[in-house]
Amino acid sequence: MAEVLVLVDHIDGTPKKVTFELLTKARELGEPSAVFLGAPGQSAAALESLGRYGAQKVYVGESEEIAGFLTAPKAEIIAQLVQDKSPVAVLFPSSAEGKEVAARVAVRTGSGLLADAVDLDADGTATQSVFGGGVEVKAKVTVGTNLVTIRPNSTPPVEQAGAATVEQLTVSVSDAAKGAKIVESVVESKGGRPDLGDASVVVSGGRGVGAAEGFGVIEALADSLGAAVGASRAATDAGWYPHQNQVGQTGRTVSPQLYIAAGISGAIQHRAGMQTSKTIVAINKDPEAPIFELADFGLVGDLFTVVPALTEEITKRKN
Amino acid sequence: MLHAPFDPEVGAHVNIVVLVKQVPDTWAERKLQDSDKTLDRAAVDVVMNEIDEYAVEEALQIKEASGGEVTIVTMGPDRAVETIRKALSMGADKAVHLSDEALHGSCALQTSYALSKVLGSLEFDLVICGSESTDARLSIMAPLLAERLGLPQLSGARKVTVEGGTVRIERQTESGYDVVEASTPAIISVVEKINEPRYPSFKGIMAAKKKPLTSLTIADAGIEADKVGLASATSMVESFSNRPPRQAGQIVKDEGDGGVKVAEFLASRKFI
Ligand SMILES: Cc1cc2nc3c(=O)[nH]c(=O)nc-3n(C[C@H](O)[C@H](O)[C@H](O)COP(=O)(O)OP(=O)(O)OC[C@H]3O[C@@H](n4cnc5c(N)ncnc54)[C@H](O)[C@@H]3O)c2cc1C
Repeated sequence: MAEVLVLVDHIDGTPKKVTFELLTKARELGEPSAVFLGAPGQSAAALESLGRYGAQKVYVGESEEIAGFLTAPKAEIIAQLVQDKSPVAVLFPSSAEGKEVAARVAVRTGSGLLADAVDLDADGTATQSVFGGGVEVKAKVTVGTNLVTIRPNSTPPVEQAGAATVEQLTVSVSDAAKGAKIVESVVESKGGRPDLGDASVVVSGGRGVGAAEGFGVIEALADSLGAAVGASRAATDAGWYPHQNQVGQTGRTVSPQLYIAAGISGAIQHRAGMQTSKTIVAINKDPEAPIFELADFGLVGDLFTVVPALTEEITKRKN
Repeated sequence: MLHAPFDPEVGAHVNIVVLVKQVPDTWAERKLQDSDKTLDRAAVDVVMNEIDEYAVEEALQIKEASGGEVTIVTMGPDRAVETIRKALSMGADKAVHLSDEALHGSCALQTSYALSKVLGSLEFDLVICGSESTDARLSIMAPLLAERLGLPQLSGARKVTVEGGTVRIERQTESGYDVVEASTPAIISVVEKINEPRYPSFKGIMAAKKKPLTSLTIADAGIEADKVGLASATSMVESFSNRPPRQAGQIVKDEGDGGVKVAEFLASRKFI
């Protein structure tokens, strides 16, 4: 059966949910092989779960040099694999890095690239949602290998055992791929919550939250739902919440099952990052706020009374 | 490629090319044309891609600190001249406009090929572009060009510092930020955190009219006609559908039971 490569998205070896979604999709196109690239020793933590979601093979490339430079080493390794294994398709997570690696692989292998797919058919046709969700496009790569980046939460991950046979890659990163050196990695995020891009529920706060302390009520609601926390640019610019939690045009693009916006007006740049969410709930005291145009359920009210009451009600219903 | 290696004798002059794109106004209704399934660009208001203003601003700030020259490069139809003028009126020194019917319908990969040809004929220490365009939203032009030109890719920058022949950025990541370093020449893409773009002054607008603007056809730029345009695009739109605008749902006013009302809705959708 035709081989389909899946680039594993992981944090220190632990695969993110999107990896399992990609493996699930890959099974419709052919036989999935996971490509694990990271620092030495990291793959050990990943093999079991990659097999559980159907990886027949796992290509493992481990080297300090992979993590030490921006995107080019990964692209170099994947382009080599494409040449050696002639897969029918390569699936990448639609993260900033996933798209950048895919772009480089496209140039290196002379292939077409479809980015930000929200669905992928068995014949390789990708569905993309463009112009802020207003237009749905079905497109196909016409040159070279089918390269597709897929948004998290596009498909539910389904388990199906695979052999996960390890094939170790010899990694030698060329000098050309060492142009952009990562000299420092600073972790700023508040731990313990799911990653924004991966989360199936996101609770976001905006200028209406009023202050950094105000995000306490947003976090409490998020925790009652097992959700990630997002923020509008007004809130990140004010320093109330970290920049990497910004949702929108220049922040993260999320498409969770449920998006709750509290104290966010719904500016076009914010919408660009959350419009493809499956269900949208808005809490805003201004009945004219444009966010209500998108909301499946809108509550006109003060977030400082509504959000804590909602958290309490959810907690009550859970027990 | 033609570029001036950093020469401490000469000083810190930094020559910068800024890639600027004209896009449909995000507030306008954007449609694909039935005929060839490309964006109906004639039917909408156009503006400079928002984040490109930040790219121009960053280039101007580096120039003001170090000296050097800022060149705008734009690929797009004739009317993209309006956008080029805006960048020049902000303070850029000159511009190159790649415009040719043959480019119509080019995909991102072909666009990067065409731009790489134009860049190959210019002298620069840095190329700066915006992190994404509001129409295609791909965020891949910097890595595509980096790969084609063999330049270091410094993408997603929220801060840029240039010191001698070394450029450093802070790159937003999913858990914080990375500090990434490269030697010039390099290609940078910036996010909107990086600065506050200036408004063109009246003086700037008047001066822009006299600044050099070179128009190139694909032949002028050495671009092979069969490598660009819709017919040889690396991906093809098979079909599209204009989705009906999202139906506004139920809007309820808080009467003291707002929290419970939202919880009931969430329960009805099986979220709790
Ligand atoms: C190049 C560029 C890129 C951008 N990128 C992004 C981006 O990635 N993400 C993004 O979000 N924005 C982005 N923006 C900014 C965007 O234009 C808006 O300014 C921003 O989204 C507004 O944030 P907000 O909705 O929180 O604030 P506002 O628009 O000020 O809205 C606050 C809302 O809170 C409501 N409110 C106030 N108090 C309460 C209360 N007690 N209870 C309930 N509701 C209350 C108000 O009624 C109001 O609707 C970008 C802008 C530019 C120019």
